[in-house]
Amino acid sequence: MTDASLQDTTYEASMGDYFALLKPRVMSLVVFTALAGLFVAPVPVHPFIAFVGILCIAVGAGASAALNMWWDADIDRIMKRTVGRPIPSGRVQPEEALAIGLALSGFSVVLLGLAANWLAAGLLAFTIFFYAVVYTIWLKRSTPQNIVIGGLSGALPPMIGWAVATGTVTVESALMVALIFMWTPPHFWSLAIFVKSDYGRAGVPMLTETHGRRVTRNHILGYMVALVPVSLAIAFTSIGGPIYLVTAVALNLWFGKACYDVWARASEDEAEADRFALERRAFKVSLAYLFLHFTALMAEAALRGVGFGGW
Amino acid sequence: MAIKVEHELHERRKGRNIGLLLLLIGFVGIVFGLTVVKVLQLGEAGKFERFDHVARPQLEPATQSTEGSE
Repeated sequence: MTDASLQDTTYEASMGDYFALLKPRVMSLVVFTALAGLFVAPVPVHPFIAFVGILCIAVGAGASAALNMWWDADIDRIMKRTVGRPIPSGRVQPEEALAIGLALSGFSVVLLGLAANWLAAGLLAFTIFFYAVVYTIWLKRSTPQNIVIGGLSGALPPMIGWAVATGTVTVESALMVALIFMWTPPHFWSLAIFVKSDYGRAGVPMLTETHGRRVTRNHILGYMVALVPVSLAIAFTSIGGPIYLVTAVALNLWFGKACYDVWARASEDEAEADRFALERRAFKVSLAYLFLHFTALMAEAALRGVGFGGW
Repeated sequence: MAIKVEHELHERRKGRNIGLLLLLIGFVGIVFGLTVVKVLQLGEAGKFERFDHVARPQLEPATQSTEGSE
């Protein structure tokens, strides 16, 4: 077989295939929360530096997603939800994903350091390391608490955004991280209850499969209760204010009720009968919960800019 | 004889090559934009003005003080 005939039979990956490696949908949440962290910070940032900072955070998140797909290609091939991803479907070679992941990681961290500061760059490097190594390689296949601890990498973007603007880590940015960190378990597990997954077949110990739905429901309520003080504490920091406090109280009541309903299910048969309506609702409310918390913080910051907002 | 040899591969990789071109242009734009922003943030140009391949005695404080004392 000549080189020419070999190339004729090989699929040529397109830019779209490489882009899919970066998990663009996950990237959108990262961009939103990082932007919020940057926007609520008390130090003004030049719009172009803010743009480059957010771009670096997004590319860093994409890089860690590419590394995740490289490592998880074996289990992605087994699960229905992931079998269409670029590597298991044969559109991108695993070595390519590894190279792209490593190159974009280095690129995003160095550029963020040069554009903003090295604290923000260090936090981005830590986030990529935590997602690719601590979550993907270590925790994901070893403990049902994988998404709880691994959730830290998804929670860090507002702290990086804040660091881009201020060059510091403060109680405000730590609380924003804590908010996403405590929110992740009830958000993810309410989804895990109603989505038919094949994690078990792939050997990934998800709580719903290792301990069952009853225990998962208990965990959802437990984490929801732990989430409330974090959410309310932000109201009494320099980035909080009455608008945020009222929003947070309302959102905690709303999401709290949704989680309580998921916990108070009489039986699994009842859940099957109404096709997990309460769990689906809790998942939807969780999305609004996080989005509106950060929107309220940004509203406070915007009003503070014109002489209102804050305490 | 054609100077450029066209191969079927060129056509097949056209999308990828255009994508890479756009990425590189974007990268150049980012580096240029950052340079402009960072330099403008330094404030008054006189504070960081230095020799630009041509000797400029007026930028040298030692020269000025010597001239002043004479």
